[in-house]
Amino acid sequence: MVQNAPFNLQDIPEINPVYMMQYEESQSAWVLLYPEGIIKLNDAAANILKLCTGDKNLEVIIAELKEMFNGADLEDDVYSFMEMALDKSWIRTRPS
Amino acid sequence: MTKAGSEPVLLDGGGNPLWLVLELTYRCPLQCPWCNNPLNFSEIEQELSTEEWKKVLRDARKLGSLQLGFSGGEPMLRQDLEELVEYANGLGFYTNLITSGMGLTKKRLIKLKEAGLKQIQLSVQHSDRAKNDAMVGAESFDQKMAACEEIKAQGFPVVLNVPISRYNIDAVGDMIKLAERTGIEFIEFANIQYYNWALLNRTELMPTKEQLEEAEAVVNAERERLGKAVTMYFVIPDYFDGRPKACMNGWGAIHLTIAPDGSALPCQEAQVIEGLEFPNVRDKPLDWIWHESPTFQKYRGDSWMKKPCIDCDEKEKDFGGCRCQAFLLTGDAENTDPACSKSPHFDVVLSAVEAARDRKGPGSPMVMRNRHALGNGYRNLAP
Ligand SMILES: C[S@@+](CC[C@H](N)C(=O)[O-])C[C@H]1O[C@@H](n2cnc3c(N)ncnc32)[C@H](O)[C@@H]1O
Ligand code: SF4
Ligand code: SF4
Repeated sequence: MVQNAPFNLQDIPEINPVYMMQYEESQSAWVLLYPEGIIKLNDAAANILKLCTGDKNLEVIIAELKEMFNGADLEDDVYSFMEMALDKSWIRTRPS
Repeated sequence: MTKAGSEPVLLDGGGNPLWLVLELTYRCPLQCPWCNNPLNFSEIEQELSTEEWKKVLRDARKLGSLQLGFSGGEPMLRQDLEELVEYANGLGFYTNLITSGMGLTKKRLIKLKEAGLKQIQLSVQHSDRAKNDAMVGAESFDQKMAACEEIKAQGFPVVLNVPISRYNIDAVGDMIKLAERTGIEFIEFANIQYYNWALLNRTELMPTKEQLEEAEAVVNAERERLGKAVTMYFVIPDYFDGRPKACMNGWGAIHLTIAPDGSALPCQEAQVIEGLEFPNVRDKPLDWIWHESPTFQKYRGDSWMKKPCIDCDEKEKDFGGCRCQAFLLTGDAENTDPACSKSPHFDVVLSAVEAARDRKGPGSPMVMRNRHALGNGYRNLAP
């Protein structure tokens, strides 16, 4: 378990309601739209954010990602992404 | 799966008009004497109909537009605003409303929320009622504050837009406190851009360097104090910086404005450039307008540039500045923006700064837009 993370495995993340995530044909990519800008997401980021639906906790999300990617060891990557996303206010979390 | 921690990239346009602004009307109940709308604006009728706007929205979405601002004039004057927001939202736009707050009632806010509106930018000119009202030439402060409360009650994120002039630069700290008190997330201290009314009144409006530095210090201290609670935008204006702004991220690069009558503009001010013909969505397909029309091609990229820009290693950064400002201040839109210290016309900007400091020159006293405007008391407001 990663120490000093700003949230733990039981926390439930969801996309900040002022953000809007959608697949954008003209960019061939998922994008995150927010008041002052547009972010083009890489596949990895999009895969994680798609699971931040506000109804499952991080433990479940990691398990689902592992299943999608044949058991790959991706915990640390997911944690550091979530930390960044939280810092940039792309997501918010609540305890389950 | 690629490494998840890798930073997602910020979108560059890739040639698409990512940012779309619809100026639904030039009509407005307020009379700001710095307004960047055309000088003859009450004469402009011929606004696009609801169906015509919807077609613009569809066509722009096909061109890859994502961010959408409904502006004006005062967009609340259009009774079809809710319908257009709903339509745009359905097409996948991120919808922003840019408003003075006049006419933004609870009833309409609820409808706008249902229609899928994402964000509201509200312009407020001063934290003091009397000063705010005098500045915009009409009683409006109470309406703006009421609108602000109601906007927050409906849960919209808000950008407070404060166009900065000599008349309100001392209120920067109070405006931040107002944002803090009302739960506003973003505050933008907008440097007044000197086109149209603002250019006419430049001598009266432009703050001094000392005032700007003082205001910047206040903003920095408040950033420290408030952290992430309120995000503040404040930049020293081009006239004082020796470098121009990266206007519109380049002509015809990512930004498209449609004026009330359907004229397509590379930026809201572009109509000040004489001799350019602006294609109209009523006559031409938007795809052609964006990609192929002579006007959108004219200053795209850097092949049109003259010296010193063409040889300059900063041209990727600022694109040679603002075409409108180059035209208005040097008579030729192809010239380097005179806000650049490398421009042979830089002295025009220096002398404007000086004239404003001494308050000597055209546009002093303030030219109001309406003889009955409250702002005829402007002299009494002067700091
Ligand atoms: C032209 S107004 C139209 C929308 C609405 N009437 C309002 O005031 O918000 C759009 C925005 O431009 C700002 N603005 C007006 N004149 C300006 C100028 N000369 N330079 C910079 N910003 C300006 C206003 O404060 C407002 O936030
Ligand atoms: S800036 Fe002032 S005058 Fe211009 S459109 Fe907005 S409220 Fe009206
Ligand atoms: S010379 Fe032109 S490109 Fe170079 S900094 Fe000045 S405006 Fe920008």
